[in-house]
Amino acid sequence: MATKLLLAKAHVEGIRHFEVYRREGGYAAVEKALKMEPGAIVEEVKKSGLRGRGGAGFPSGMKWSFLAKPEGVPRYLVCNADESEPGTFKDRYLMEFIPHLLIEGLIVSSFALGSNRTYIYIRGEYAWIVGILEQAIAEAKQNGFLGKNILGSGFDCEIYVQRGAGAYICGEETALIESLEGKRGNPRIKPPFPAIKGLWDCPTVVNNVETLAAVVPIINIGGEEYAKIGVGRSTGTKLISACGNINKPGVYEIDMTISVEEFIYSDEYCGGIANGKKLKACIPGGSSVPILPANLLLTTAKGEPRLMNYESLSDGGFATGSMMGSGGFIVLDEDQCIVKHTLTLARFYRHESCGQCSPCREGTGWMEKILGKIENGKGAISDIDLLWDIQRKIEGNTICPLGDAAAWPVAAAIRHFRDEFEWHVNNPELCQTQNFGLAHYADPIHVPA
Amino acid sequence: MVKFSEDKLKEVQSMIDRYPEGKQKSALIPLLHLAQEEFGGWLSAETMDYVGSLLGIEPIEVYEVATFYSMYNLKPVGKHVFEVCHTGPCMLKGSDDIIGYIKTKLGIKVGETTADGLFTLKTVECLGACGYAPMMQMGIDYREHLTEAKVDEIIAACRNKQ
Repeated sequence: MATKLLLAKAHVEGIRHFEVYRREGGYAAVEKALKMEPGAIVEEVKKSGLRGRGGAGFPSGMKWSFLAKPEGVPRYLVCNADESEPGTFKDRYLMEFIPHLLIEGLIVSSFALGSNRTYIYIRGEYAWIVGILEQAIAEAKQNGFLGKNILGSGFDCEIYVQRGAGAYICGEETALIESLEGKRGNPRIKPPFPAIKGLWDCPTVVNNVETLAAVVPIINIGGEEYAKIGVGRSTGTKLISACGNINKPGVYEIDMTISVEEFIYSDEYCGGIANGKKLKACIPGGSSVPILPANLLLTTAKGEPRLMNYESLSDGGFATGSMMGSGGFIVLDEDQCIVKHTLTLARFYRHESCGQCSPCREGTGWMEKILGKIENGKGAISDIDLLWDIQRKIEGNTICPLGDAAAWPVAAAIRHFRDEFEWHVNNPELCQTQNFGLAHYADPIHVPA
Repeated sequence: MVKFSEDKLKEVQSMIDRYPEGKQKSALIPLLHLAQEEFGGWLSAETMDYVGSLLGIEPIEVYEVATFYSMYNLKPVGKHVFEVCHTGPCMLKGSDDIIGYIKTKLGIKVGETTADGLFTLKTVECLGACGYAPMMQMGIDYREHLTEAKVDEIIAACRNKQ
């Protein structure tokens, strides 16, 4: 049974309440941290190898160490609870079931970074979770863990919940900051990075919910111990939200040494493909990361079993691999249509594009239209090449990664499932009533000698 | 006449107090949610101008935000708004069929409101409930694991509330 650093107590009765959480060992990390130097806390996070759990996987300790500390200028910690990447619902789970874990992580991190006013930016649609978080904050305050001079440490700390209002782009840290300032969620050009000039032009760190929650076990057991869990540069545990055509969709906390095959088929996790169907494809890290056919998902191009960690999921680059991303694990069975699924994603990115950059604003709508034509039996073979061309011209040519996120699913779908696209073009009427099916997508891959 | 009660204005002030001096514009997005709930479930120009006046910002600064974020309704909506997710992971689990069923049952297309003003149907992007698909948002709540039977129950319950 894998170590559960985050969700171990998630289903203890009453764990949403301060007294129960405290009884189960909660807020010990705050007591410990307040006796440390803020710099020492940053060092523990560095030693832990913790990587941003929102999707980019940037080393968190390093991000923290970039925070500028000019005299007399406030610094801000902002918790990114905007979770909107399709397939991802792990932050929601953590906040709903064990909100005090996040509050505790925020207090420790606020102290480490010198943020007296910390904001949780939560997507607007998680409307009922606002009350859960505010209740936890009020309880922590009543017990002296928030407010002025917390636990007599001399450190003032307030946490506020800030609602979004429906915009995936506000999960991008600079767009989030713009939104927090009361504006449209238009990403800013970087540099300057938020660590230098962020919220209200002050030095700011924006971190994902899971990242900040992980600070609690890191302080409790120490960065070195945390780093012993997992493998390579995939240390600690990871929350995976599994969905799609599996028997047991839900949120799982995993040790990153397990194989993808075990994650999909074991009863401890997804419990296999539902309804006796076969696995066709999977997007392992949220809709923005490349989709893989079953054979390349379960083994790398070299024929090695693929594991549920950053390095292994990226093995082969985009040619034959994918990414850990947000951990939104989407499983497609043999009856699913890759063209149709890609169309729904293209529609998503077109809807969510902020509109600043021409390649993204125009390209996302264009890709959606062409995919719609192909899906409805009105496409031409040249449309497939046109799609490839459009995504290539978006990638890397935008202010923020949403352009890349829109391009990558289309590129991966064509790269790995081109014959399914061609079948739609060549069978315009048949494709309206039948699926392309599993074809060769689960055939063992040929490993060159 | 669009105006908050004294109690609501206290709530507005506590919202503004969350931010440093002079940064009250940061209250705009939460305040628009409050105004939408209070003034009929949508944001008229009058409502938006009122919100702007509370924060000391120009109307255009409110309009540009209200038109950017998808949760704000810029036209009147029905008493019960069904926001059904139709992104990839929900599509894999039959969201298209559920949307089709709701359209037939209520006799409206996506984006429309029933003639009696009770129901509005919207499709929305990923709500972070992919493991519990197909699903929709109704007001503050998520209604998950939808089936045709569940949809029937929800519609009946909404009608009975009248």
